[in-house]
Amino acid sequence: MDPRNALYNQLILDHNKKPRNFGKLPDATHEAEGLNPLCGDHLQLGLRIDGDRVEAIGFQGTSCAICQASASVMTTQVKHKSVADARQLISDFRAVITGDTGAVSIANQGNRYFGAFAGISNLPSRVKCAVLPWHTLQSALGGAKTATTEGDADPAAFKETSHAEN
Amino acid sequence: MNDVLFPAPDFDLAAVRADFPVLSQSVHGKPLCYLDNAASAQTPRTVIERWMTYQSTMHANVHRGVHTLSQRATEAFESARETVRGFINARHAHEVIWTRGATEAVNLVMHGYGRTFMQAGDEIVVSTLEHHANIVPWQMLCEERGCVLRVVPISDSGVLDWDAYCALIGPKTRMVAMTHVSNALGTVVPIKAVIDAAHGVGALVLVDGAQAAPHLGVDVQALDCDFYVFSGHKLCGPTGIGVLYGKSELLERMRPYQGGGDMIAQVTFDKTTYNRLPYKFEAGTPAIANAIALASAIEYVGAIGLSRIAAWEQALLDYATRLLSSEAGVRILGTAPDKIGVVSFALEGVHPHDIGSILDGEGIAIRAGHHCAQPLMQRLGVPATARASFAFYNTLDEVERLVAGVRLVKEIFG
Repeated sequence: MDPRNALYNQLILDHNKKPRNFGKLPDATHEAEGLNPLCGDHLQLGLRIDGDRVEAIGFQGTSCAICQASASVMTTQVKHKSVADARQLISDFRAVITGDTGAVSIANQGNRYFGAFAGISNLPSRVKCAVLPWHTLQSALGGAKTATTEGDADPAAFKETSHAEN
Repeated sequence: MNDVLFPAPDFDLAAVRADFPVLSQSVHGKPLCYLDNAASAQTPRTVIERWMTYQSTMHANVHRGVHTLSQRATEAFESARETVRGFINARHAHEVIWTRGATEAVNLVMHGYGRTFMQAGDEIVVSTLEHHANIVPWQMLCEERGCVLRVVPISDSGVLDWDAYCALIGPKTRMVAMTHVSNALGTVVPIKAVIDAAHGVGALVLVDGAQAAPHLGVDVQALDCDFYVFSGHKLCGPTGIGVLYGKSELLERMRPYQGGGDMIAQVTFDKTTYNRLPYKFEAGTPAIANAIALASAIEYVGAIGLSRIAAWEQALLDYATRLLSSEAGVRILGTAPDKIGVVSFALEGVHPHDIGSILDGEGIAIRAGHHCAQPLMQRLGVPATARASFAFYNTLDEVERLVAGVRLVKEIFG
């Protein structure tokens, strides 16, 4: 790992260079497309779900290293898990990259694959890259065809504080 | 002026750098290397102090009070307008309209001229090089009025296709809205020839000078452009202030952009008459301190000398181009023979955002993205580029740090 650029650690670089489960999944039962038009990250995700289990998962597309590594890691984490576990992983990954580590479920605390992405919480402009595959997964599980993490969907975007009267 | 191998500026670079408080800091433990000047340039101390002096000693509303402070504020504000007039060599100070920036200036012309005088079938000509600020307002006009947007293509190297331009303009062309210098590639457009050809078919010309004003001498009378727009913050001034230059006779005919105080001569509930130029287009209390500080920035760069600045920025560009083009895997986007200090590049197998993040870790600030020029990115076939853009306070060492940063990116992704 290059200490000068901790974000681009060995795990992220490895998954970027040799993405796992890369390619179009034949016989997908669930599919969604993730697109961040402003930065150009673009991926297609396919899953084969049998009963309550993710039997197979594959992705393809072109994106930055953070997005590609995130997608690759995601496929390894979700494969052969239940849909409920997959949803928990989505929520936990989101918590890790937004710096909300206290919200990570016990099952995923100390997950070294997630730990590799923790540095992104210091780079708000890159959070959307890391989370795009996971939101695409969420869309696929929920029956939606598309996902984006730009604009209002960006977890790190500057949000107006709500000042409700009560 | 410069030795080919060891160029040096014709001004005291160390002293100039010391004028910019922001440059002396560290980012991620490394000295800041600021190469994002095309997005926004830094501000010298003298400009910051001018802003503070105005705000501390003479602030009051302009054009209203009979009291001493208001008169001082008005004098300083109008003297700033005169400074801008001189900077672009406008015939009259009242041809200089203060806006929030170049974007608002384009919108002002779209409203004041376009919505007043243009109609269905009228054609607006822009180029592939345009910033969104010189595309979207015209698209809005097209949508509303049924005007037609025509786009002049560019070559692979980022040069305006002159023959296509000449073929595109004609009797239906009412407005040519074109950039003087491409923000994404640095291409200098032969704007004088563009203007002359447009006038030959009876069209007006708006020049987006946001990138040109800080680097090239602009003479609006010599150019004979109808409108010229630029922003203060790319010229070492504050944000929130910019300029619309317009020919007097056109501005006179145009409708006001916004209604409010200062832009009126007389108001009754039956009828309102508008103030004379330039106030007709300056409704509400203007950004007084920012205008005065912009004038200070113009004086600052003027004291160094625009030609000296241009020569040094060219030396930085040449050095960066030479070093980067000999790096394996680097592809420079935009290789027009006539460029200002902008180097857009792609690195094989690496997304520009990864380049930007790694360089940031080295204390190097560049822009990675679409540069508010998505149609240009589509033309070049890339989602985004990495862009280093130079100002006169940059050094050859900083160019070398950029190249070392690019090598580090290659190493990390090797």
